[in-house]
Amino acid sequence: MAADRSETGAGAVVRAAGTGLPLRGHDIDTDRIMPARFLRAVSFEGLEGHLFEDDRGADPAHPFNDPRYARATILVVNANFGCGSSREHAPQGLVRRGFTALIGESFSEIFAGNSAMLGMPCFVASASDVNRLQALIEASPETPIEARVDAGTAVAGALAIPIALPPAVRDAFLSGQWNPTAMLLDRYDEVRAVAARLPYIAGY
Amino acid sequence: MPETLFQKVWNAHTVRTLPSGQTQLFVGLHLIHEVTSPQAFDMLRQHGWSVRFPERTFATVDHIVPTTRRTRPFFDLMAEEMTGALERNCRQYGISLYSAEDANQGIVHVIGPELGITQPGMTIACGDSHTSTHGALGAIAFGIGTSQVRDVLASQCLALDPLKVRRIDVDGRLAPGVYAKDVILTIIRKLGVHGGVGYAYEYGGSAIDAMSVEERMTVCNMSIEGGARAGYVNPDDTTFAFLRGRRFAPPDDAFDRAVRWWRQIATDPAASYHDRVALRADDIGPTVTWGINPSQSVGIHEPIDAPADDEAFAFMGFAPGARVEGTPIDVAFIGSCTNGRISDLEEAARLVRGRRVSPRVKALVVPGSQAVSREAERRGLHQTFIDAGFEWRGAGCSMCLGMNTDRLEGRQICASSSNRNFKGRQGSPTGRTLLMSPAMVAAAAIAGEVVDVRPMLAGVPARSGADPAGAGKVSHGR
Ligand code: SF4
Repeated sequence: MAADRSETGAGAVVRAAGTGLPLRGHDIDTDRIMPARFLRAVSFEGLEGHLFEDDRGADPAHPFNDPRYARATILVVNANFGCGSSREHAPQGLVRRGFTALIGESFSEIFAGNSAMLGMPCFVASASDVNRLQALIEASPETPIEARVDAGTAVAGALAIPIALPPAVRDAFLSGQWNPTAMLLDRYDEVRAVAARLPYIAGY
Repeated sequence: MPETLFQKVWNAHTVRTLPSGQTQLFVGLHLIHEVTSPQAFDMLRQHGWSVRFPERTFATVDHIVPTTRRTRPFFDLMAEEMTGALERNCRQYGISLYSAEDANQGIVHVIGPELGITQPGMTIACGDSHTSTHGALGAIAFGIGTSQVRDVLASQCLALDPLKVRRIDVDGRLAPGVYAKDVILTIIRKLGVHGGVGYAYEYGGSAIDAMSVEERMTVCNMSIEGGARAGYVNPDDTTFAFLRGRRFAPPDDAFDRAVRWWRQIATDPAASYHDRVALRADDIGPTVTWGINPSQSVGIHEPIDAPADDEAFAFMGFAPGARVEGTPIDVAFIGSCTNGRISDLEEAARLVRGRRVSPRVKALVVPGSQAVSREAERRGLHQTFIDAGFEWRGAGCSMCLGMNTDRLEGRQICASSSNRNFKGRQGSPTGRTLLMSPAMVAAAAIAGEVVDVRPMLAGVPARSGADPAGAGKVSHGR
């Protein structure tokens, strides 16, 4: 993965880098990202293969069918991306496909929250900047993009645009506190100490 | 300073305040089942985490497990896949599992107390909203989502904000034919489905004190239907008698030491609460829901007095001012974690004995656990039900949520001893649910329509071997 974070989920997320995939359209809901029938499963494994399955079937030219974007790690979207059902399966599919960040005009709050818990920032940029970035990727899909959490900028070739995260989310990524589980595993000796004091664990 | 049980248990389990401002709370008991755990294990593997306290986690299959044919592989392939995944996960991480074939299998909220795994003063979490049930033994028990299941597996902890405590006193005596289910339906009717948001409910008062642990479980079970994330009853002699001798209860001397601690963690007499509510038990009668959330209920003889809720009236087919009494039913369901325990079955069977289910009603009894099922069979209750025309099923959630093949069809109306009357809850998008006590369900099954159970109870012999403290203590025989 191109983002600076360890595979254990702990650690700061400072930047995401790679090539981009432009997905145009407003209000793309999680049912389109991950159709409901793929929820009747015991695992998130393999979800990456079902991303936009119905949209891709209906439209051979769908960007997720386009081999030029097959290795992209930064998804560039428009307004209200990830609206609808709260299913974590949508960002799970994206992470499993290799995406490390999204840049868009706006995101559904639940989708952005679910993504943040997976270490995948959803950066917000102005509509015109998003359009310019999408156009640039469409013209030259190989353009390297770097999105920085700390600097609040995305640079793609000659294009540099401001990108933003909610301050608490930005702080969490930079301090490595974006993952609740990692936080709960931190200072684990304190957990063991509490457990050892509990009468029902100590044998009363 | 005097404290509530909630505060004492919370403090005893607090690890630290997290940078997010939430409390890191140690989870003393984690219960898992086949439906909300597989993705959590998947996330665990994805991150390379282990299960920190496998010995404090117990698993069973209940939600999707078939209650008819139990031979493996199950005829329902999804049930087989989910059960198989749980079996593999438990094997990999060293977690105790009571799978479909195990004598201790059952609804997760039935088997915890039944095996004595649930104990006073514990924090308990389970990926199921009715985890509040375990509060009947004086535990603080929360329902959690799949990401939190992952957190508990990985760390045995949760990041939570503390709850306020509302004391609900129910004083007086319940009349014959009025049950714990009527009490909790009345509480939810009074306080609303959102009334408990941000609260844990502490139930007390002479009517709660007089209840068996199983009855207290019925009350605590539905706390979440009133919006309260947790509900509990302070542990007392009834609790201790219930636990003594159960498989996972502390043995011998340890039990007496445990009782001393359990007494200490009960709410102090002078503790103050964020809110208090009082009800008279004598005012409560048999209660039935008419609508699409559990607060939409009425006394059996009352007209529906609710403010206009067009959606509920249209869905259910009731008019404002109508009575639920006399409504013909298609299905009668006795079971669930609310009312699928041995005392529930005993009471329903008492009413059913020597009577016949109406020919227009499909009636089923689904024991809450295999232990409940065995005990019912030992007492001959299953034969009573079968003779009357009920189907006698294997243990599981069954038609409480219609995730297996036990489902309503079309607009069928079901008299149900379960806890949710949401649209589509029982497996048909247009199916309708009337919540009531198991005795009322039995009465409706026989009458073919919703009736007051009390006249039917008149002249029925008193309960036979029902000893509230010993009820369900099945693994030991009596
Ligand atoms: S019986 Fe119903 S409410 Fe209880 S755990 Fe099963 S599905 Fe949930």
